[in-house]
Amino acid sequence: MEKIALEVFRYRPEEEQTPTFQTYEVPLHKDWVILDALNYVKDELDGTLSFRHSCRMGVCGSCGMMVNGDAVLSCAAFLTDYRPGPIRVEPLANFPVLRDLVIEMNDFMAKLNRVMPWVVREQEKPVEEGEYLQTPEELMDYKPYAMCINCMLCYAACPVYGLEPEFIGPAAIALAQRYNLDNRDEGNAARMEILSTDEGVWQCTLVGECSTVCPKAVDPAGAIQRYKVASTTAWWKSKLLPWSR
Amino acid sequence: MPAHDIVIVGGGGAGLRAAIAIAEAAPSLDVALVSKVYPMRSHTVAAEGGAAAVIRDNDSLDHHAVDTISGGDWLADQAAVEVFVQEAPAEMIRLEHWGCPWSREPDGRVAVRPFGGMKLERTWFAADKTGFHLLHTLFQTSLKYGNITPYDESFVTRLLVADGRCQGVATIELQTGHVDVIAGRAVILCTGGAGRVFPFTTNGAIKTGDGMAMAYRVGVPLKDMEFVQYHPTGLPGTGILITEASRGEGGILVNRDGYRYLQDYDLGTPLDVSDERHPVKKSMELGPRDRLSQAFVKEQQKGRTIPGPYGDVVHLDIRHLGQARIDKKLPFVRELATKYVNIDPVYEPIPVRPVLHYFMGGIDTDVEGATVLPGLYAAGECACVNINGANRLGSNSLTELLVFGARAGKAAAAFAREHPPPDLAQLDKQGVEEQHRLARRFIQKTGGHERIAGLRQEMRDAMESGAGIYRTEAGLQAACDALAALRERFADLQLDDRSLTFNTELTAALELDFMLDVAEAIAHSALARRESRGSHQREDHPERDDDAYLKHTLAFCNGAMPRIDYQEVSITRWPPAERVYGR
Repeated sequence: MEKIALEVFRYRPEEEQTPTFQTYEVPLHKDWVILDALNYVKDELDGTLSFRHSCRMGVCGSCGMMVNGDAVLSCAAFLTDYRPGPIRVEPLANFPVLRDLVIEMNDFMAKLNRVMPWVVREQEKPVEEGEYLQTPEELMDYKPYAMCINCMLCYAACPVYGLEPEFIGPAAIALAQRYNLDNRDEGNAARMEILSTDEGVWQCTLVGECSTVCPKAVDPAGAIQRYKVASTTAWWKSKLLPWSR
Repeated sequence: MPAHDIVIVGGGGAGLRAAIAIAEAAPSLDVALVSKVYPMRSHTVAAEGGAAAVIRDNDSLDHHAVDTISGGDWLADQAAVEVFVQEAPAEMIRLEHWGCPWSREPDGRVAVRPFGGMKLERTWFAADKTGFHLLHTLFQTSLKYGNITPYDESFVTRLLVADGRCQGVATIELQTGHVDVIAGRAVILCTGGAGRVFPFTTNGAIKTGDGMAMAYRVGVPLKDMEFVQYHPTGLPGTGILITEASRGEGGILVNRDGYRYLQDYDLGTPLDVSDERHPVKKSMELGPRDRLSQAFVKEQQKGRTIPGPYGDVVHLDIRHLGQARIDKKLPFVRELATKYVNIDPVYEPIPVRPVLHYFMGGIDTDVEGATVLPGLYAAGECACVNINGANRLGSNSLTELLVFGARAGKAAAAFAREHPPPDLAQLDKQGVEEQHRLARRFIQKTGGHERIAGLRQEMRDAMESGAGIYRTEAGLQAACDALAALRERFADLQLDDRSLTFNTELTAALELDFMLDVAEAIAHSALARRESRGSHQREDHPERDDDAYLKHTLAFCNGAMPRIDYQEVSITRWPPAERVYGR
């Protein structure tokens, strides 16, 4: 069986001061993804390698990594696409590394909270009154932004987040827009307080890498751009037509 | 040691729904939401087709109840099913109010689709990523409550019992390896199923039956564990799920000759796909999952399946739906088939085979989610109320985790209010013991000879060959023996990894430990049930035997092998009858 080499980033904080790379030879099955190869390493070669994974169908968002420098879901990246190798596998860029391929994402969890990713309503409708009406067109207005699986690839690809860790970042802004654009939601003004600050949309320099790497076609760059346009229009309206607010 | 009013273990659909129920019903109580992953990684995320609840005028709660009860081959508790169908619609609307992007009719009302074993269209859906949207809606909504404290990436290793009450859990904080106790007046297990006990499964790597095994070890019985569901349409090799909604939308199953073989297995007469009455509900491809998976095996025995690199397959053909409908209603099916088997279902049929999908059985609870151990509750796939009987209908499980997640949350809140704070001194002592056990048995242990992967694969092979779709006395006995031998060899395990930081070899060992208990409960429960009912098919006892076995199996942890006991089934209005599909 043909083999291919993985050069895997290793870092165990209790045992080593600086990261190293360790090379493993794995069988090159044509239907294996990088994650299958890592599981092979863990099961057969070296039980000490740590990485996150679960669904292996591209929906749980656990297994994001840098493969040959690109942020990918390792369950959706096939070994054969990297022939003849070696394949360099590293933890997602722009995050602190806990160990091996495991990054620390507490920062994102805190930021997600700050953009209020839930339906904000002044008055909640009683359940007995049934559902809110939402036409398929209204649904499609926000649905693409609801496809985010929180896999963190966009943060790993975002040059701004790399330099300015305060930046709320692509996925969290896209999720804020997901609720802003939902006709059931009334939280736009409240979310503006965070989105319009220095940490919000204005930090984005529209490189667009986030949308390029997104495995679910969420287009965070588009969300950010759309928000900038909307908030600029709102700002000018408030200056020119202050009575209309 | 952190102490809370209620400790929820598991951050999937059931755990999140329970947390929100407590936050809303009892804002003064504080909740610990403990999960071995971040909540949005939980396997609820992978559910595709939808969630059943009566919403249309032509439907009725009784119709939903009858479909569920007959679908479960009369093993469901009918009183529980009545609660379930009654509370289902409000749960779905609540989720709509929280922002779930349900697919809609042109006038803006929520749309429903047909599903297997359901008499009418009653399955709410968000295209074919219903579980994903449901989970993220619940997770994001849970963030707005200040009294839910997340313990993400905390691996629970055991339940702590003091003074006859469950008062907390011992955990490993994965990022540091720190072993601690999280104390509570009540504990709710929402840890999901254990599909990883079998080799081919739709289930993610995290589905290892942790909560089931932990409850079992503190004396709570596991109920109806012999009933495991094979989903008829998984991708070969990976086991990735191709949703039943593909058949709800009109997809057909054909054998090697392009023949719709289900007509040979008492599932009805096929209508042409161009006939406007196709697909006929409760018929052919919209029969229940147990019957469809069994038909596959029979077809395979006749040599009419299609050989492939990962065993035999049949074809799921959705080409006649056309690209526009596939992209609108089944985009994820197209994405998965294209990516993982290199088949674009717009142009080619998808190779599929039965794969292990769901556990009807689980921790024995009542309709409030309460177990026999005071202070311990369970909900979702890890629990068995039982509303699913011997076979769950597709799209009942997402609804189940909402209805019974909420109920368990409220019941645990009531229990917590009536009971004193946990006994921290006793818990602390147990926590220290647990820390020593983990160090002694795993982290510091030397001289072992067995590796995790080897034992795990042998366990899965034993389950597949002995406790699969068709079972026999001899096969089940062999599985029980193999599991007993594996349990002994597990004591001789050797780990490579001695680190505290994010030690996934340690968690894999603990998960295997849990899975061996769950596997044992399945195999022994199946061995003791000498009849065929729903998903439990005994070649040596091919008929349903209501006189002897219209009852729930209870497996109690009991040393070398479980003690098996039985419990009455609640029959309210629908006496046992023949299951009829397609006629």
